[in-house]
Amino acid sequence: MNIIKFIESFTNEGMINSLSAKGSRRDSLNQFQSMGKVAAMAAAPLGLAAFLAPNKVNAKNAMFFDPTETPTEALQLALTLEYLEDEFYDMALASNGLLTGTDRTIIAQISKHENAHVALLANALAGSAPAKPTFDFTVGGAFDPFNNLDQFLALAQAFEDTGVRAYKGQAANLISNGDLLTTALQIHSVEAMHASQIRRLRGQKGWIVGNDRGGLPSAAQPVYDGEENATQAGFNTSTVSGIPAQAGPESFDEPITGATATAIASLFIVS
Amino acid sequence: MKKVQVEEVKSLHSRRNFLRISGITLAGAGLVMAGCSSDDDKGTNPSSNQNPGVRNGKFDLGGGDLGVLTYAYALEQLEADFYTRVVNGNSFGSTFNSEERTVLEDLYNHEVIHREFFKAAISGVITSQDQLLPALEFNYGSLSFSNRTQVLSTAKTLEDTGVAAYNGAGRYITTPDYLVLAGKIVSVEARHASAIRSLINPGSADFAGDDVVASASGLGQALKPSEIITAVSSLNIIQTPFTAQFLP
Repeated sequence: MNIIKFIESFTNEGMINSLSAKGSRRDSLNQFQSMGKVAAMAAAPLGLAAFLAPNKVNAKNAMFFDPTETPTEALQLALTLEYLEDEFYDMALASNGLLTGTDRTIIAQISKHENAHVALLANALAGSAPAKPTFDFTVGGAFDPFNNLDQFLALAQAFEDTGVRAYKGQAANLISNGDLLTTALQIHSVEAMHASQIRRLRGQKGWIVGNDRGGLPSAAQPVYDGEENATQAGFNTSTVSGIPAQAGPESFDEPITGATATAIASLFIVS
Repeated sequence: MKKVQVEEVKSLHSRRNFLRISGITLAGAGLVMAGCSSDDDKGTNPSSNQNPGVRNGKFDLGGGDLGVLTYAYALEQLEADFYTRVVNGNSFGSTFNSEERTVLEDLYNHEVIHREFFKAAISGVITSQDQLLPALEFNYGSLSFSNRTQVLSTAKTLEDTGVAAYNGAGRYITTPDYLVLAGKIVSVEARHASAIRSLINPGSADFAGDDVVASASGLGQALKPSEIITAVSSLNIIQTPFTAQFLP
């Protein structure tokens, strides 16, 4: 593996933010409040206060990670997303009574994959791999995913759909290294298989309908913003004869930038 | 120029991969579709200056980005045709339950859009109309569209194949926009594969089963165009002969 090329590929013209934390999650939460999100958070049915960053993120103030253009730190972002998913599922599987029967079978399979992804990326980074962050999936006690199956599945859906979009957002940056691009694509498709299954467990379609957040709190909307795109390379998908317009955005998943992925992950990281 | 194989699956490696992704037995009949399945082309780059078009009486998919797009167009034609027949089957309403019908109708819609998207995208970049892959002809042999198990099993094969195909073809795309577009489609194919797999075996690990996601690495399948074409040829569904002499 050409790790340098892999690392470089994750730099997205300064859009990626580093993992060298200088802010804090509290800063992020304060930022939300200062941006008038209090009412929206209070109204969130699952109590997902400050679940996700607002649409327009000020990188300096609203993000946990200060922006840098250091390639190594950018690659660490990918590993951190996998750390987050891996620990989330590990904690769920260890929570007495949360996951039983077929739910447990399904989550155990997903957990196995996320564990492997962490190992793969950590091995690729070798000495540059960061330690696993300290996560808080309750977001300061506002949320109780390991005692509430609905909340657990809602978060899992958000994480998996985010993962699909985040890997997709890095694909073009890997275009110069076929082996690493292929590996990233192989992870990307597995995240999509997970996302489909989690969504279906929640009674949703396996694919994203428009920018519908599927019953998640409004604060989760950034996970789905942009998914309503109906035009691909100039082709208007709604013009296909006999096919409902809704199917167009369903049939193409959209990428997100490293900045957006960082904004989502950072709210669950304490340090 | 690589020799095109038409009579048999040449590569044990390819055959094994296919068996791993298909879950159905290889058709015994001779292949009607040609593909370059020899192993001696490993590591070679696509012949990027080779346009799609008829060569020696058969349509060749061409090389480079346009070849990869045309290859994807062929696969999407197959998927779209299959689901078109599924949802238009005489006993569609009685063969499948409500949940299954909803999924299959969605997949029909998605795959038709994918097919039409590639047709439009390719049409926008080719320099003459004869570079556009024609509408392929399909025949499903003894497959019964009123047999739930057969239909879902074939759907699984096609979706798994699509995921492995896009994953494996990504590295041969040189234009970033095309790569992103392939990425936009492959994750939807993976969502399809997961849904079909869960319809076949609900409440199990099969939605991302060990047969398509390696346990040790957590990686999904990625197969070269030649491997995919060999596998698809073995299904004996595509009736229109074509070649892929300039794809890896």
